[in-house]
Amino acid sequence: MSATGIGAPVRRKEDFRFITGQGQYTDDVTRPGETRAVFVRSPHAHAKIKSIDVAAAKAMPGVIDVLTGAQLATDKIGNLICGWMIHSKDGTPMKMSAHPALAATKVNCVGDAVAVVIAESVALGKDAAEAVVVDYEVLPAVVDPAKAQASGAPQIHADIADNTIYQWHLGEKKDVDAAFAAAKHVTKLDIINNRLVPNAMEPRAALADYDAGTDNLTLWNTSQNPHVARLVISAFVGMAPEHKLRVIAPDVGGGFGSKIFIYPEEVVCLWASRKVKRPVKWTSDRSEAFLTDAHGRDHVTHAELALDANGKILALRAKTIANLGAYMSTFSSSVPTYLYATLLSGQYNIPSIYCEVDAVYTNTAPVDAYRGAGRPEATFVVERLVEVAAREMQIDPADLRRRNFITAFPHQTPVIMAYDGGDYNASLKKAMDMADVKGFPKRKRDAARNGKLRGLGYSTYIEACGIAPSQAVGSLGAGVGLWESAEVRVNPTGSVEVLTGSHAHGQGHETTFAQLVSERLGIPIENVSIVHGDTDKVQFGMGTYGSRSGAVGMSAIVKALDKIEIKAKKVAAFMMEAAEGDIEFKDGKFTVAGTDKSAAFGDVALNAYIAHKFTGAELEPGLKETSFYDPTNFTFPAGCHICEIEIDTETGKTEIINWTAVDDFGTIINPMIVEGQVHGGIAQGVGQALMEGAYYDAAGQLVTGSMMDYSMPRAHDFPSFHVGMTETKSPSNPLGMKGCGEAGAIASPAAVINAITDAIGTEAIAMPATANAVWTALQKLQAPKAA
Amino acid sequence: MYNFTFHRPTTVRQAAGLLARNPDGKLLAGGHSLLPVMKQRLAQPSAIVDLSLVEGITGVELKGRSVSIGAMTRHADVANSPVLKEVMPGLAAVPGSIGDPQVRNRGTIGGSIANNDPNADYPAACLGLGATIITNKRRIAADDFFQGMFTTALEEGEIIVRISFPVAKKAAYEKFKHPASGFALVGVFVSKRGPDIRVAVTGAGANGVFRVPTFEEALKKRFAAKSIEGLTIPASGMNADIHASPEYRAHLVGVLAKRALNKANA
Repeated sequence: MSATGIGAPVRRKEDFRFITGQGQYTDDVTRPGETRAVFVRSPHAHAKIKSIDVAAAKAMPGVIDVLTGAQLATDKIGNLICGWMIHSKDGTPMKMSAHPALAATKVNCVGDAVAVVIAESVALGKDAAEAVVVDYEVLPAVVDPAKAQASGAPQIHADIADNTIYQWHLGEKKDVDAAFAAAKHVTKLDIINNRLVPNAMEPRAALADYDAGTDNLTLWNTSQNPHVARLVISAFVGMAPEHKLRVIAPDVGGGFGSKIFIYPEEVVCLWASRKVKRPVKWTSDRSEAFLTDAHGRDHVTHAELALDANGKILALRAKTIANLGAYMSTFSSSVPTYLYATLLSGQYNIPSIYCEVDAVYTNTAPVDAYRGAGRPEATFVVERLVEVAAREMQIDPADLRRRNFITAFPHQTPVIMAYDGGDYNASLKKAMDMADVKGFPKRKRDAARNGKLRGLGYSTYIEACGIAPSQAVGSLGAGVGLWESAEVRVNPTGSVEVLTGSHAHGQGHETTFAQLVSERLGIPIENVSIVHGDTDKVQFGMGTYGSRSGAVGMSAIVKALDKIEIKAKKVAAFMMEAAEGDIEFKDGKFTVAGTDKSAAFGDVALNAYIAHKFTGAELEPGLKETSFYDPTNFTFPAGCHICEIEIDTETGKTEIINWTAVDDFGTIINPMIVEGQVHGGIAQGVGQALMEGAYYDAAGQLVTGSMMDYSMPRAHDFPSFHVGMTETKSPSNPLGMKGCGEAGAIASPAAVINAITDAIGTEAIAMPATANAVWTALQKLQAPKAA
Repeated sequence: MYNFTFHRPTTVRQAAGLLARNPDGKLLAGGHSLLPVMKQRLAQPSAIVDLSLVEGITGVELKGRSVSIGAMTRHADVANSPVLKEVMPGLAAVPGSIGDPQVRNRGTIGGSIANNDPNADYPAACLGLGATIITNKRRIAADDFFQGMFTTALEEGEIIVRISFPVAKKAAYEKFKHPASGFALVGVFVSKRGPDIRVAVTGAGANGVFRVPTFEEALKKRFAAKSIEGLTIPASGMNADIHASPEYRAHLVGVLAKRALNKANA
């Protein structure tokens, strides 16, 4: 391993500009004559718009224009769409309501935009926004997904009965029911997977610039996938033809999924820029972010596990109601279906599984993918069921897991996925050793002497990453292909630019991708630049989400580098007057087999461009290659997290004493960055388990609308994590990578709740398990049983 | 934020004059409560009278049997005051528990007390020590000063200049932090100064900071956690929100009072 190659803990190249405040985020980009957009948002969760009067606002100082949904419709700006088709059990397609970028006749959640002020400054825009008079007829709201389908519930979209988007299922109900009928033991759980606000550090932003001379539109925005944004805004919203719209996602400060989606604000900025013929910028403030960023999770589930007398799992069934909010966000339909039910087999050999999912509208912000997207929800169901089953059957929870682990690969689950490799016993064993599970009973006794309850919880999780191949996701309803592209440009001096369709918003691609190139071409890492996030530079790409940049994005780079090597060998053959087949390439040097002739990579690059040693008939000059890589399967990262907690019985407060994470991510490019991803993922998962929760009141007001009420975890809420690795290579991509971005968030909530329930001796605790919730659960246990 | 005129007086008299001339004006002491609501356009003061340059209202001094703290003393400066840490570490611990370093280096004791946020820490310390709030017009006992959520005895144009805390032999603060805001979900300050025993609670009450007479009475026999074992306060009158039920808050008052007593006796 070289100091900058695959497997080296190289310090992140991009961090210099980030930590010295020199990053270029969308809000840092300014254009001459820039104006600011300020949105007029609904204060009501559900209301008819009787009228909008913008006259007074238009007359305010510094106001260039005030635009409404009616004008949007007149200009034939299309609705926002959800790009993943799901069919109900009865074969009918999902029911997608119209989602205009500005509501014209009705608002369906607090924060729904009804008008936009284009002004010389944000302050002047805000003054004018207050002068826009909207006459609402307030309607009753429904916010609880479990109540959305009830008869008499407020009807959110007139054309969609019972607020039901789809009633989907997966698996064989008959087989499952038969297995349950024959089961020795059945474990049942009611689970609420709490709603979360993503809270990326950089709020969303958009800057649109219309060039009347060329009729070109340019959009800078906070996107995880600028090409997909351009495609949707062109082909569906109809803003401009694809070749007349350039989308640039510069430095982006965190996404966690929430910046995958196409939002009303960027559409409105583009439209407004064309109308006022000046650049239009919008930067969300934190309050707007709480209200309008797509939220995550929000499932209500009843799940059951059937086992035989020996603790062998026979079947699993689950019924889930998924809250998709007021409108269907870009990929919302896929999250509680193909990203959820397909993972309900966990690491276990489960003969039959049946899952039903109803997706519903409510008067809340749209819900879509958030770090893990469906897989944390699935893992929570499976790992809670397994843990509770073990307790009920008085089998050691690790042992019950071992009895059911899949040990032979490939393994076809009853829910679509074909696991291609892994060693679940290895990660469990390593985690148990690192966590000193053997010493736990003594630690528990010691804690009890100090009036503390100790608990230990496992989560042996699996996830499906890469979100590919295209044919597979297409058959499941995806509106796009899910490959990735790479273009490797070798300059005449031998330095290299890699253009990638992946997008970095915290992942460190400028370092890890360069490590790959450094290793493969034998050139210093400083000689490699990674270019991404601009549709004018990168021809097309699918972006970054689902832990796919390594497994899919880097595989595309590998394929392009393969082509570079082939072409460079041809050049080297002409240079050294040897047969192409005799040229060998190693450590940045081309040699002729059996001779002492050699040429450095840089010399070959130069010769490719000066083209003095070959004719155009023999070889094209230049050294640049492109690849579109479509994998053969998802990848399946898996591992074991063990959480050890202590509860202060007087206050109910949970303290995490020890955290052990052993993950199998396949090949690791940069262990330092991977560890960072694991840390961040655990922090988000623990946040969900102990602290975070987005609450709407019955009227549909977001009660947790600021950092004063929404409990984000802080560094002092965590111990130092113990992170270990096991490695089985993924057979589905050339590097053997599996992906690491979401694992922590997927694994950790179940580990926390399993530890808390182990400590307190009741399963009746929901997320977030706040001190108040734990104390209340303890009180109920202590209360004398009613006669 | 709406427009306002900005004033930076250098004396308390000037500040009072500016307030008198600007009936819709607001004093800026640290800004951690005022500025967020102004940014959200929930407050629209016509004038801001910034007290940061006013002379003579900062610093921590020992004056006989009292500690006098200037109203514009930053939380960090109170927390780190050598004299206070020497004579009454239990009081120094109160500002040390507020917010984060940025907040502690900006927020002031006078601002906190004048605002009387029902979850703020200083009101518990003032009431729990029987402090005297000294304004440009008069001296107000803490027992009379705090009059319910965001309400104080301060009159129009009245400016807090100093706060005088009697030095108690035993004093301690115990706080259960709100997981999101870091304010006190419940905070209990206990003190014993001769026969004067005080237990003051912030965060829990639906009407702001309050004393617990039943606890104080029980502690007269012996100022120790054991003395209040088994005593509870009723959940009625406690705050209820998504973060904590009234029952939980009432329960925490007892737990934290005992912990504060143990700390004070340590």
